[in-house]
Amino acid sequence: MSEKKNQAKMVQEISGANPYKCMKCGKCSATCPSYDEMDIKPHQFVSYVQRGDIEALAQSKSLWKCLSCFACVERCPRDVEPGRIIDAARQIVVRQRGGNYLKAEEIPPLVDEDLPQQLLVSAYRRYKR
Amino acid sequence: MQRIGVFVCHCGSNIAATVDVKKVVEMARMEPGVVFADDYQYMCSEAGQAKIGAAIKEHNLTGIVVCSCSPRMHETTFRSCAKRYGLNPYMVEIANIREHCSWIHKDMQEATEKAVILARAAIAKVNLNAPLQAGESRVTKRALVIGGGIAGIQTALDIADAGYEVDIVEKTPSIGGRMSQLDKTFPTLDCSACILTPKMVDAAGHEKIKIYTYSEVEKVSGFVGDFTVDIRKKARSVDATKCTGCGVCQEKCPSKKTPSEFNRGLGNRSAIYTPFAQAIPNVPVIDREACIKFKTGKCGVCEKVCQAGAIDYAQQDEIITEKYGAIVVATGFDTIKLDKYDEYAYNQSKDVITSLELERVMNAAGPTKGHLERLSDGKAPKEIVFIQCVGSRCADARGKGYCSKICCMYTAKHAMLIRDKYPDVNVTVFYIDVRTPGKNFDEFYRRAVEEYGVNYIKGQVGKVAPQPDGSLLVQAADLLDNRQIKMKADMVVLATAIEPDPSVRGIATMLTASIDTNNFLTEAHPKLRPVESPTAGVFLSGVCQGPKDIPETVAQAGAAAVKVIGLLAKDKLTTNPCTAKPDELLCNGCGNCAKVCPYGAITYEVRQINDHGIREERRLATVNNALCQGCGACTVTCPSGAMDLQGFSNRQLIAEVDAICR
Repeated sequence: MSEKKNQAKMVQEISGANPYKCMKCGKCSATCPSYDEMDIKPHQFVSYVQRGDIEALAQSKSLWKCLSCFACVERCPRDVEPGRIIDAARQIVVRQRGGNYLKAEEIPPLVDEDLPQQLLVSAYRRYKR
Repeated sequence: MQRIGVFVCHCGSNIAATVDVKKVVEMARMEPGVVFADDYQYMCSEAGQAKIGAAIKEHNLTGIVVCSCSPRMHETTFRSCAKRYGLNPYMVEIANIREHCSWIHKDMQEATEKAVILARAAIAKVNLNAPLQAGESRVTKRALVIGGGIAGIQTALDIADAGYEVDIVEKTPSIGGRMSQLDKTFPTLDCSACILTPKMVDAAGHEKIKIYTYSEVEKVSGFVGDFTVDIRKKARSVDATKCTGCGVCQEKCPSKKTPSEFNRGLGNRSAIYTPFAQAIPNVPVIDREACIKFKTGKCGVCEKVCQAGAIDYAQQDEIITEKYGAIVVATGFDTIKLDKYDEYAYNQSKDVITSLELERVMNAAGPTKGHLERLSDGKAPKEIVFIQCVGSRCADARGKGYCSKICCMYTAKHAMLIRDKYPDVNVTVFYIDVRTPGKNFDEFYRRAVEEYGVNYIKGQVGKVAPQPDGSLLVQAADLLDNRQIKMKADMVVLATAIEPDPSVRGIATMLTASIDTNNFLTEAHPKLRPVESPTAGVFLSGVCQGPKDIPETVAQAGAAAVKVIGLLAKDKLTTNPCTAKPDELLCNGCGNCAKVCPYGAITYEVRQINDHGIREERRLATVNNALCQGCGACTVTCPSGAMDLQGFSNRQLIAEVDAICR
């Protein structure tokens, strides 16, 4: 299997999302609070996975602009869940960099007053279900 | 010993491409009882049938096996072929080597092996077949139509015009259905009431049609040609023979706060009411839940003002039992509930409405007298947003997986009518796809865009947020321009998915008619028998079978009527001879078979029998062949093995299993 296909498969496996269920309604992009700051728009995520162009997703600004609010996951009528797809792409990048997730007990010392509460909420929301 | 002929069909390449038909013929020749075997390209064709006929004559065949498609497709064809050439039709067995074999397998060797086994099983069965004689049953020349919308009305009119009696059962106080709630109809924009009410009047005045409104089907028994149906005529509390329809009672009724079902809850009605002014019959009903007289015992205003003395608080529900030869289901649809779609703010704002509610708003007889206004403050809207596919085409648990089919067209209609009447109002339609297959449909949609300046944007709406100033913030995607839109709207209209009326589940159960996972009734064949239920004598009309617009509904209603007329025109129906038959020497009179029989076909009677020289009276199972449908439930229940199914005897089935396992 080519590297491209392999990466696309990884995204599908990590996210559990099936990009072929998408009917291109754009409800994800309509919903997204970070839409304007993204270079690749939420409704386009699925096309990149279908084409196997995970590299472009990994290089995109969108990867780091997504708030993981999962509004798109909540509202997607086709259960495609673009939020999970971008989340999976992000994980692939983090793993390549050898980055590690924090342990739960390491978090409290790192939290200071200036840290936006929203960030914490978003982080926990990812593991909500 | 039987003399069996085996006929293997190629079905063009449908079978022959996956199954080695020559090999099947060769293997069949070696089976016991087989005296002739051959293959042909299309066994069902005239030439193929002639081949079978010639073999019957030449080889004195007593039974035949056709290896072909499903018996649902051509069993009747081959049975009548056998009959034509002097063979009892029940000496024909079908080995399904298409649907059960060639279509589902890829490997030729394996598929051929399976085809041989299927043929062998059928041959083993024919070896034990005995000629059966079909009986006859009578046909009650009267039809029942369940549902009094456009589908039911049209079906009833067509049946009645052919000279047969028809009864319509409608659960609401008036016939007319959803169509009576619509303002205008696409693609010609003629007023819905103007084309529907004459049909309602025709139905009411037709000497062959009897209408039971405010009534429900309560029990169905019997079978094709001879159904017995109990209809509950709910107490109207108004004597229909005395009421003149003057309407004074409705005017004077002090209880006026019940949400009007007809206006989709956008306005109120009185406790004594007719759903709308053109209701048929024009006889009100008292809603006992809302009536002060029924709740507190005090009031009685309607009784006092009624000049005709028609008010009857003591009226009781009435059960009417009637016999029918055919039943048509025309139960229609409703829109889905939007409780789970918080993002569209339907429950939060009065200015977010469904398209069916907009029909009432735009109707001159509706809650706003036809004025387009916001339901929150009565102000004229300047900016209206339409959202398509709300709950349709959804793979999630919130909505429906299917396309509701009618929304693209009615939205184009609404947008066009608004732009025509209020040219200063901006109309934006957010769509995923615009689907307009139908005569003059796409032209109609293009007119909305090109002549009426309706703004169509490809992209779904993500959320609708009510603002403090009373407006609605609509956030949507514009996929073709790749931008996100945030716009203020004064009104939002949701093209809400439609679903079969909830009453259909109970009705389908009573009729033993099958329904699919979306509660749409299933057709006997999706292409070739689209207006018949798989249950004999039950027919389908309108949206209960699948989403469809008015022209399609009317066409289907006519088709269902033709099928009913074809049935009622017969004096006798041939019954299935494959019925249960008890062996009276083995029957121990336990009564279990009668308990499991879903058709009430088994009774017990005391008879004198001669058991190997001993004469005695015994309690024995007796099967009514006209009622028995041959389901076989009794045969597996019988503890003494006394019950057997003719044409599917225990011996025959075991022989088939043995042949397969050989």
